[in-house]
Amino acid sequence: MDIADIKRPENLVYRKPALITDNVMHYCPGCSHGTVHKLIAEVIEEMGIQDSTIGISPVGCSVFAYNYIDIDWEEAAHGRAPALATATKRLCPDKHVFTYQGDGDLASIGTAEIIHACSRGENIVVIFINNGIYGMTGGQMAPTTLIGMKTSTTPYGRDPKLNGFPMVIADMIAHLDGTAYITRQSVHTAAAVRKAKSAIRKAFEYSEKNIGLSFVEIVATCNSGWKMSPVDANAWMVEHMFRKYPIGDIKDVLK
Amino acid sequence: MAFKGAIEIDTAHCKGCGVCVTNCPTGSIRLSGMVNSKGYNYAEMTGDACIGCSACALVCPDSVITVYRVKI
Repeated sequence: MDIADIKRPENLVYRKPALITDNVMHYCPGCSHGTVHKLIAEVIEEMGIQDSTIGISPVGCSVFAYNYIDIDWEEAAHGRAPALATATKRLCPDKHVFTYQGDGDLASIGTAEIIHACSRGENIVVIFINNGIYGMTGGQMAPTTLIGMKTSTTPYGRDPKLNGFPMVIADMIAHLDGTAYITRQSVHTAAAVRKAKSAIRKAFEYSEKNIGLSFVEIVATCNSGWKMSPVDANAWMVEHMFRKYPIGDIKDVLK
Repeated sequence: MAFKGAIEIDTAHCKGCGVCVTNCPTGSIRLSGMVNSKGYNYAEMTGDACIGCSACALVCPDSVITVYRVKI
């Protein structure tokens, strides 16, 4: 069969989600942000909640998330996305509200906001992209940077005596009664992408049920900050990041 | 049951990261020797072993791959 005969509308099995805009993403080649944006767009499209979803974009590489997914957005001050999401959800309880945050935003300057939002059990979804580094500002050490990992502010590797230990946010907030669903996923292979998508879908469904905060951590790469090719960064993530941040569900109150 | 697939790549927007190449189970996608207007070696389909599994499209951060599949 000829290639041209296969490329017909009736044979279409995968296309770019309709909610992803035509703007060219400013992310570096191979950045996990693009893949996660796509999954969120697919979930919103499949659930048919485009008109009732409000995203809160963070400060960091993903600050321009509002340019790429065609829904309503708010832009929060650095780390304050969960506080803004709290206000939005309480004022508009029928809306689906989610925050999209990186580790520099959520695990550092925004630690107080995320912990208290979890403690209050706000019915929001938090998407947390953890790549162990500050991507936008030049690859500095983040709270989630692994021991021994080289960054621009720890050129000889992170030393716990000087820089402390990596923070495992998802496990920390699992102890808080306000959280309903906490999971850690990744998007480096097709199978991982499918699992991450069902986790994001579950998180949105849980927030509809008003049973607490749903938290999806995505262990991601920053190939520019890590100074590797996208393919090498994925392999490095599997070898090193997964040891500290193992993939899987951490908490599910409905199970 | 066997499947045959084909992919279409928006080469102008491909950033040549190569994540699709390592995820393809049949080796049907590679980075071209040519570059697009941004200077990236874009991805292209190669050979006729594609089974339309969508693995390349799922992992593509810039959503530039469209996948078609037929039963044969």
